[in-house]
Amino acid sequence: MTDLTRLSAASLASKIASKEVSAVEVTTAHLDRIAAVDERVHAFLHVDREGALEAARKVDNGEITGPLAGVPIAVKDVVTTKGVPTTAASKILEGWKPPYDATIVERLKQAGMPILGKTNMDEFAMGSSTEYSAYGATNNPWDLGRIPGGSGGGSSAALAAFEAPLAIGTDTGGSIRQPGAVTGTVGAKPTYGGTSRYGLIAFSSSLDTPGPCGRTVEDTALLHSVMAGYDPRDSTSINAPVPDVVRAAQIGKNGDLSGVKLGVVKEFAGDGSEPGVLSSFHESLEKLVKLGAEIVEVSCPHFQYALPAYYLIAPSEASSNLARFDGVRYGLRAGDDGSRSLEEVMSLTREAGFGPEVKRRIIIGTYALSSGYYDAYYGQAQKVRTLITRDFQSAFEKVDVLVSPTTPFVAFPFGSRTSDPYQMYLADLFTIPTNLYGGPAISVPCGLSEGLPVGFQIMAPTMADDRMYRVAAALESAVGSFTPPEL
Amino acid sequence: MTYEEILTKYEPVIGLETHVELGTNTKMFCGCKTDFGAEPNTQTCPVCLALPGALPVMNRAAIAATIQIGLALNCDIAEWCRMARKNYFYPDMPKNFQTSQYDEPLCVEGYVDVVVDGKEYRIGIERVHIEEDTGKTLHVGGATGRIHGATESLVDYNRAGIPLVEIVTKPVPGLGALAPEVAKAYVAELRDIIRSLGVSDVRMEQGSMRCDVNTSLNLPGEEWGTRTETKNVNSLRSVERAVRSEIIRQAGILDDGGKIFQETRHFQETTGDTRSGRSKETATDYRYFPEPDLVPIAPDRAWVAELKAALPEKPSAKRARLREDWGISEIDMQSVANAGAVELIEETIAAGASPAGARKWWMGELARRANEQDIELAAVGATPAQVAALQKLVDDGKLNDKLARQVLEGVVAGEGDPAAVMAARGLEVVNDTGALTKAVDEAIAANPDIAAKIRDGKVAAAGALVGAVMKTTRGQADAKAVRELLLERLGVS
Repeated sequence: MTDLTRLSAASLASKIASKEVSAVEVTTAHLDRIAAVDERVHAFLHVDREGALEAARKVDNGEITGPLAGVPIAVKDVVTTKGVPTTAASKILEGWKPPYDATIVERLKQAGMPILGKTNMDEFAMGSSTEYSAYGATNNPWDLGRIPGGSGGGSSAALAAFEAPLAIGTDTGGSIRQPGAVTGTVGAKPTYGGTSRYGLIAFSSSLDTPGPCGRTVEDTALLHSVMAGYDPRDSTSINAPVPDVVRAAQIGKNGDLSGVKLGVVKEFAGDGSEPGVLSSFHESLEKLVKLGAEIVEVSCPHFQYALPAYYLIAPSEASSNLARFDGVRYGLRAGDDGSRSLEEVMSLTREAGFGPEVKRRIIIGTYALSSGYYDAYYGQAQKVRTLITRDFQSAFEKVDVLVSPTTPFVAFPFGSRTSDPYQMYLADLFTIPTNLYGGPAISVPCGLSEGLPVGFQIMAPTMADDRMYRVAAALESAVGSFTPPEL
Repeated sequence: MTYEEILTKYEPVIGLETHVELGTNTKMFCGCKTDFGAEPNTQTCPVCLALPGALPVMNRAAIAATIQIGLALNCDIAEWCRMARKNYFYPDMPKNFQTSQYDEPLCVEGYVDVVVDGKEYRIGIERVHIEEDTGKTLHVGGATGRIHGATESLVDYNRAGIPLVEIVTKPVPGLGALAPEVAKAYVAELRDIIRSLGVSDVRMEQGSMRCDVNTSLNLPGEEWGTRTETKNVNSLRSVERAVRSEIIRQAGILDDGGKIFQETRHFQETTGDTRSGRSKETATDYRYFPEPDLVPIAPDRAWVAELKAALPEKPSAKRARLREDWGISEIDMQSVANAGAVELIEETIAAGASPAGARKWWMGELARRANEQDIELAAVGATPAQVAALQKLVDDGKLNDKLARQVLEGVVAGEGDPAAVMAARGLEVVNDTGALTKAVDEAIAANPDIAAKIRDGKVAAAGALVGAVMKTTRGQADAKAVRELLLERLGVS
């Protein structure tokens, strides 16, 4: 019998629909795989065996049908799941069980997708390596001594380790695409507002975007179409039809890209990418040209300021969003022995509950928003954001999509960048501009460098998510897939 | 220095910031109820408790109400504005930031005209903006209910997220000795205007309308002085007293060569003084920035025009019109307005009562009951139609004053319309001469001494016998008729 954990979500869905296998069998296979390998990978913070099997039984009973019914999924621990622990990988929420589901989780449940559990991440989604999880890092299935990317390292590692066929991630500055790239999986950041943030524990409200993670472009598109769409509970949600990403992925598979213009960003060229990353990227470009695409060099002069602007805007919003963790209503409360004042208890709670990167960003954000510095930092960063948006808009007048490597380097060994935050921040160099603009972007595996995966990023105009899926699927057909060594 | 002397030397500048809780059915950013006095924490959800992941969605009714207030205060309505986050810590503020407006308010540049001592004053409105209320903290286990000595502090989040509108005046100079009266008149006018819009019950004593009063003094020709802010003044009288006492306090300090510090002060109901609160020297840095969880507000111009067209008659104009119709004084009209009785009396008159009759019941018996129970006059239990019917029974001679009050008691208790209550309780005036004659004769027979005095010409003694008759008829007789009949029977008329 075929190993169910090796199949794509699309094929699992069709086998379940045709009753060739049951949803319970599929779910059990993945739960068993988690039990067998997760001690080494540590992709999961919490496994909900009972909940997943219960959802699978409903599909087998015919209560729910749909394109992904019965296909299990892993959810990043920053997304609330009713009655199932949700911690954002922080000590401050240890043991917290939300009384409600995020909108995207509701949609997974309505689609009949058993939720296997909650995946590891950098605390509050702040980081690029999953080393900042309060519960220990996730290991990259390609090399257990290396990082799986961040912040959604757990979601991508779960896919690469065949613990789940699909996963939910969130992307604030690259947290879906960057782990996708370094684990050899696919990750898409939808248009901001295309997927609901309701139930997503906020890091940076104006940037956070939930999105799909899969092992193939088609799988990712299927999940995208299940989770996306207008949500009246999220004021920033876009009330418009979801682009037909599934069809776009299917068209792309045929491999015809004639007439498609791919923009290569001039300013990304000299940014110290590893030679192996650059050569994979250029080989991929050549393959896309063979499929009929045209390469056009475009200039986005303000992209060079994206990283500093991001590291002012995101921490500023985070400093405000994380103010609610005060030990009053939920989660951790430290030092409440009756001898201390409210302020002391709150201070001790935060001292004990927040990790170093979270504290660093709260302090940066508090400073950037403070009176006297607001204009110089936050205000200036918002102006840069506007200029970056204009760069994108004028680029998209000339080309259909922009392309770049997803990350400048392949998965690095643990601890090699934690001592220098700036080196860590560089991991998101190519992904951040899209978040500031709000458009969609996807990372697709495009080759190996020193035996480790390299990601190819495709960025599209807002609400043109389908466009990037078409190019991504074409590239995937051209370069083939990459399987990590046996664990 | 007396108050008058102070005002010959110093010039006061006042400014008022008024918070009004909107009477929307649901909260500002979620669908939770806003009922006053509900069991603690029964009107909450993930959004207003700020659970991780919860997001706000703006209540359109709150925006509409704010625009209506802005329009009624002659403001311009912004074509595009945003909510902002005001970051500070407060144990009963779930998000630890208040969603408010900062540099982009919804309504700007308006004014309110008030009349004091026959003279009109124009108070400039700088801005009207929208924000949310906090929860409430309750300290238990101590003797005073304050945090000192308390063993536990409990938080009720029912109020957290109820929409608030803040109305900020421009600094008002040039009022001289009348500054306290004008401040009070402004708050009263503001209350009447908002009440006429029906967007809030504007009850200062319940906190649905509260006022912060800014006061400063300067010497003529010199720059404005340092201002103090007296927080949460919660009655019209207190507004007046707070301004006056702050003028006197500041003048005392300045006369001694002292300096006024910018600070928050608290008004003391018992003494009428203000007491120092938080010093503003180390001003809180609120770290305002645009609220990223909410899309900007861009009120459609046609909608604004629609709201404007639907504005009710201005309370000042309405009062002038009705005062004329009812033939009452300005002062009487003011007390009618203060009692929230304008519309009730208007409707009672429309239902057939005379202005004097309508006013008598609403401002007398019913106002007394409303005060006793601390409820709105409209909620007292009688409708304008019932009051009109009651007055008609009096006019027709079927009820006297005393009986009418008893009937009204039954109406308020929910026993039905006045005629039904009168019938059920058997309260109609006894006009049957036979029955009255019998009662009078009985009274004469039972009190031969008094009867003899009256026959001797001491008519003043008749009162005692009238009282006796009223007693036997349980107040249902017409006292005047009883007296006439009595004198007739005794042969003295």
